[in-house]
Amino acid sequence: MQHEEILHRCFRCGYCKLPGNYTDINCPAYLSFRFETYSPGGRMWLLRAWLDKKIDAGSRFAEIMFSCATCGNCVEHCAFPEFRDRLLLAFIAGKEALLEAGCAPPAVRDYLTKMQLHGNAYARPMKKSGEWARDLDLPAYSDQEYLFFTDDAGTWDPRGQEIARSVATLLRQANVSFGVIPQGLCSDGNDVGAMGETALFEELAKKNIDVLSKFNVRKIITLSPHSFNALKNDYPALGGAYQVFHYTQVLAFAMSRLTFSENSDPVKIAFHDPCYLGRHNADYASGRMMLQAVPGINLVEMDRNRNDALCCGGGGGNFFTDLLSGGDDSSARVRVREAADAGARILAVACPQCAVMLEDAVKVENLDQTLRVAEVSEIVMERVALTY
Amino acid sequence: MTSDLIARLGEIVGPRYVSGHAEERYLYSMDQGTMPPAAPDAVVMPKNTEEVRQVVRLANELKTPVVPMGAGLVLSGLTRALKGGIIVDMKRMNHIIEVNPKSRYAVVEGGVSQGMLQAYLKKHHPELKHSMPDAPPIATLAGNVCIHGSGHLSVLGGSHSDMLTGMEVVLPTGEIVRTGSCSVAGQWFARSPLPDLSGLFMGWSGTTGIVTKLGIKLFPSYKHNDVLVFVAEDADLMPEIISRLTSTQVAEDMTPWMTPKPEWARGFLHINIAYGAHTKKELTFKRNLLQASVREYADQKIAGFLPLPPPQKGRFLKIPSPDLARFADLRKGGGFEYVGAIMAIEKFADAYRAGLAIAEKYQVSYSLGARIIGAGHCMMFFFAYAFNRADAEDVRRASDALEATNTAALDMGGIPWKAEEPAQKQIIEKMDPETFALMEKIRGVLDPNGIMNPGNWEK
Repeated sequence: MQHEEILHRCFRCGYCKLPGNYTDINCPAYLSFRFETYSPGGRMWLLRAWLDKKIDAGSRFAEIMFSCATCGNCVEHCAFPEFRDRLLLAFIAGKEALLEAGCAPPAVRDYLTKMQLHGNAYARPMKKSGEWARDLDLPAYSDQEYLFFTDDAGTWDPRGQEIARSVATLLRQANVSFGVIPQGLCSDGNDVGAMGETALFEELAKKNIDVLSKFNVRKIITLSPHSFNALKNDYPALGGAYQVFHYTQVLAFAMSRLTFSENSDPVKIAFHDPCYLGRHNADYASGRMMLQAVPGINLVEMDRNRNDALCCGGGGGNFFTDLLSGGDDSSARVRVREAADAGARILAVACPQCAVMLEDAVKVENLDQTLRVAEVSEIVMERVALTY
Repeated sequence: MTSDLIARLGEIVGPRYVSGHAEERYLYSMDQGTMPPAAPDAVVMPKNTEEVRQVVRLANELKTPVVPMGAGLVLSGLTRALKGGIIVDMKRMNHIIEVNPKSRYAVVEGGVSQGMLQAYLKKHHPELKHSMPDAPPIATLAGNVCIHGSGHLSVLGGSHSDMLTGMEVVLPTGEIVRTGSCSVAGQWFARSPLPDLSGLFMGWSGTTGIVTKLGIKLFPSYKHNDVLVFVAEDADLMPEIISRLTSTQVAEDMTPWMTPKPEWARGFLHINIAYGAHTKKELTFKRNLLQASVREYADQKIAGFLPLPPPQKGRFLKIPSPDLARFADLRKGGGFEYVGAIMAIEKFADAYRAGLAIAEKYQVSYSLGARIIGAGHCMMFFFAYAFNRADAEDVRRASDALEATNTAALDMGGIPWKAEEPAQKQIIEKMDPETFALMEKIRGVLDPNGIMNPGNWEK
């Protein structure tokens, strides 16, 4: 197993379980289950024990390993600088070893099968991948400055599609030059890679790279932070080098081109940092810049924000496999409680997966009367004076 | 039996929060130290006191051992299930129940972490703080109080058990009792003037009950904070230096340390002296007092204050400091354990020399140091040894060094703190027989079925 040489070096001191300000548990799996086994240190020691043949890899073992949301909180806060950067890589390598051993939770197996067969997690025909943009009359990509790349959730999930449409509408409103490729692009593969299915990730990535090459794409705006991460950090090694931007990074600098309607009611909004934009790629500013440019928005911060943000629990493929749900302390439920405690009326998100996870949590927590989850472009669009 | 146990525990706490799986049994069988594994039959995580009570009653019915656990960071193996049974992991009981700013106490549940309370106070009561141990922030308040821990306000307030104001405890037979003022007045301001029943649960290594709530003292949090580092070369001077510094009564914390690394520190004895003030003027006044108390040594050029660049000072002021956990990676192997001996201050030089000799004899990577408790009333002198847990020989060397250190500490008149099960036996051998007989009598009354963390404090 790759990175196995660091497993025994973990002391299990537990800094990885917490945010930098120690407010509360910040590892989604550990928060949800609370057994030491589900903590990053627990995983390190269990993987070592498995490799040493002290324990077998059964269904519990697999659930523990695959419940990691790859949120990166452990990497951010681990006390050991000599190997902290390799923690997630070790967990992903552990998942890869489990997959090779034929030991994956059924939900993981089903997800990967769909990805293998259909190129997306929804088992939908790829020829319909442009349906999310129906009625928008978006231009097909040709010589525009950017390609707009929607991820799995943005392409197929009903709520994700709404967000994709909203972002596309705002990009157009802000006079950003972009087009779409209505057919041929499959899942970015980020979450497949996070599950340790490296070969399938590379297969998906190469398919996309072939399509992007055919269209001579140079600059890409992604809807999802997960896509942003894969295209920006992983595709270059596979021959796909592009200038990649998350949509908030483009729109943050285009806000001055927008005209806002007068008399917008003031509202308190908290911004939920997506892990793959924040901790994985160190952008904590773009989403906030967008919101701060809108009159009437009072940005408030939750106790856990920026590099201390609590993940929605959807990362690492858990959005699709749902290994972290159940219990009062799923991280999505804790997160919406935290937003409500901060006095926010709107919890702003910049990721379709976060949107779905947190909207479900608002309902379960019965917070619908006081807290609304909305994606950043939706919030902006509600206050923009349309010019087309 | 085990499946029945799991099912019945599941009826109490819900199936999500009980496990008899191999994964949990493996991980909970050990801690980060050198003690050999001892696996539980089940791990259970109750949400409230009533669930703890039901778990304890079930354990009595089944005559199954019960081992309470906070964050499991004791390092000396006290939360291992030496005779199997149920580990009660308290971390779901993590509510901060009350902060009383005028009487300066907080009431928390048994699973509240040090870091969580620190964050809560910073946000809601920035004028207050509690004494943080050097343990990582995930360590629990209850666990640390129960082992007589100490921390960053221990010169000011003594051991953390001295800062306790009361407890709620589930007894081994399932009754829920309160100690201190909360048992009479409903508020948690003091343990006096009642018979001090809290002592029944501190230092007993989980053999007398499960602490579900506790009250602890809070202290003023200063706007201005500083640390001085006094350096000497002669260990024999240290008791007098400590005495003079503590006599000023301005330090919050004093921690001598002696390490072979970094290179500039080798061979020197350092004392970090942390203090704070509401104003810069007050801070200067306190600094002057501290400096004046040991000026004689500086004048003689046999000791003096170390000039500290701001980044270094910042690291010394960081509470808790991750640098301490990093000691575990000294041997690239994720392990360290220490003997922390509670000792008289005048034994400082003996302890220092013994530590060096043991490190040399067993060829272990070491760090020596102490925390002064109270105004120089005693100290917790620690002998820490790093090891590579992937190297059995290295672990054995560290284990042998720890055993030798426990012996040496006892020979010097010290008492190993949060002693491992073998070290408990060493302590018992030295203990006044009537004292140990009383301990056994008390346990017999409290725990007639012998279910509470058996194997500890036994001959």
